[in-house]
Amino acid sequence: MINEIVGMVLICVGITFDFFGVLGLIRLPDVYNRLQAATKCVTFGSAGILLGVLIIHGFSDLGIKALLGIFFIFLTSPVAAHAIARASHRSKIKLCDETIIDRYQEDNELLDKGVDMTSVEETNN
Amino acid sequence: MSIKWRSRLTVYILSLLIWFALTDIKKFEEVAAGIVISFLVSLIAGHMLVTTEKSKSPIMRFKSAVIYLFKFLWEMIKANIHVAYIVLHPNLPIKPGIVKIKTRLTKDIAITVLTNSITLTPGTLTIDVDKQAGEIYIHWIDTFTIDTDQATKEIGGKFEKNLVEVFE
Repeated sequence: MINEIVGMVLICVGITFDFFGVLGLIRLPDVYNRLQAATKCVTFGSAGILLGVLIIHGFSDLGIKALLGIFFIFLTSPVAAHAIARASHRSKIKLCDETIIDRYQEDNELLDKGVDMTSVEETNN
Repeated sequence: MSIKWRSRLTVYILSLLIWFALTDIKKFEEVAAGIVISFLVSLIAGHMLVTTEKSKSPIMRFKSAVIYLFKFLWEMIKANIHVAYIVLHPNLPIKPGIVKIKTRLTKDIAITVLTNSITLTPGTLTIDVDKQAGEIYIHWIDTFTIDTDQATKEIGGKFEKNLVEVFE
């Protein structure tokens, strides 16, 4: 009985954070800020739902699968966010107007120039 | 046994255990398929897990890992409340920017865990890693400082000490 109550509370908390994540996905201005909402809230929310399932069902077939689900969400969700953010930046998707600094852009421009210089030298030789 | 094959053996046992957790262990077909597939997985990708000999005792490393895990969970709960606050605030109080932090970690697995933790903690998202220079580029939703050293202390400092104890 107490298991079910705790599990249901966890599932409700999970759904609430999933909702915040979706709200952030709509409200925030650019792809990078949206990824912040999408990774944090949705990871935590989904983990909360799965944890609720684990507590309701105990360490049965279903519970162990839920536990593995939490583990793999924690491993894969940040990696996916990183891949999307890096790909967006590389394909020159603009950051929103409120952005105050972009060190990645600065350093990448330097890097591009460096590559050009070496290729020029090679052709000269 | 060379380190490569020890790594493969570790991967084989781990993937077999995960397979048994996901499938019905009472059926013969499931177990047979698990043995074959785990073997293939460990043959193809097994050499990547363990790459160096460990010098410290496993008990100390395990202790550091548990401390790290609890620290990380607490930071993660804070992260979620922070994002929920930003999203629910009528004016969206954000000040985004991409900053650079430095890291002392050198091993692939340690850097992976650090960057994953950074992504899941308050307002920060890892964009790219420069392994040679030991630098990580981070999108910060609420840029507190643009100075590299201060940002390092603010973002990576919490986790780095524990991760050095666990992995290096």
